[in-house]
Amino acid sequence: MSDEPPITLYRLQACPFCERVVRKLDEYGLDYRSRFVEPMHSERDVVKRISGKRSVPAIVDENAGLTMSESGNIVEYLEKTYGGEA
Amino acid sequence: MEFDVVELPEADHPEVGDTAPDFTRPLVNEAFWEGRSLSSLTAEGPVLLVAHPMDGAFPATYVWNEIDDREWADAVDVVGLSISTPYEHGSLLDERADGARLFSDPGAGVAEQYGIEHDLDGMAGITEHRPAIFLLDEDRTVEYAWVASEWPDFPDYDAVEAAIEDV
Repeated sequence: MSDEPPITLYRLQACPFCERVVRKLDEYGLDYRSRFVEPMHSERDVVKRISGKRSVPAIVDENAGLTMSESGNIVEYLEKTYGGEA
Repeated sequence: MEFDVVELPEADHPEVGDTAPDFTRPLVNEAFWEGRSLSSLTAEGPVLLVAHPMDGAFPATYVWNEIDDREWADAVDVVGLSISTPYEHGSLLDERADGARLFSDPGAGVAEQYGIEHDLDGMAGITEHRPAIFLLDEDRTVEYAWVASEWPDFPDYDAVEAAIEDV
């Protein structure tokens, strides 16, 4: 749908690494869609399909046609792309 | 043995021709859940909204078994609604409700919007959805409506099926 936000965050409830990414998205005022996945690693095929591994957080940024895992990488990417300082 | 079935008070619910109230809740599929509005689903085609008692209660199990047997999810977008959490919905989807998605409404706010609240006797503090079925077209216009008047009560599956074939 056209009114869907371009950024989708795959997250696990209460996962601190996911919250770290959320804080960064909020800091830059980025609109995003949250998709919550199962706590059981083995039941996260949807995350594996999009990112190649089952870990969360993972984001899909359709602005850039990019998918990424690991909160450190994601935060760095968000800072570079949306933080206003290259 | 003869006894009276519990009658539920009259429900002030959306009727055929009314526009069903829109709402946004976590919508659970087999892989994840995300906040979705009912209107975003109807925008893609007719929706069969199936409100039911909490997951695990036998009426919820019976209703989904029947819907699975009749393969309604092949004909229309079948969407459940109960007070159960997304985790419980995930377990339900492991067992049944093949091809359906389930809205999670733990606070029963949608039950209130639809006038189908059921305060459970003996479970203080818990209000859930009474069994109800609404068939909605692309504009959320109600094409078919059924709400339980007794407890427990089950839909007229043949009537629902006829309505699905018409929509």
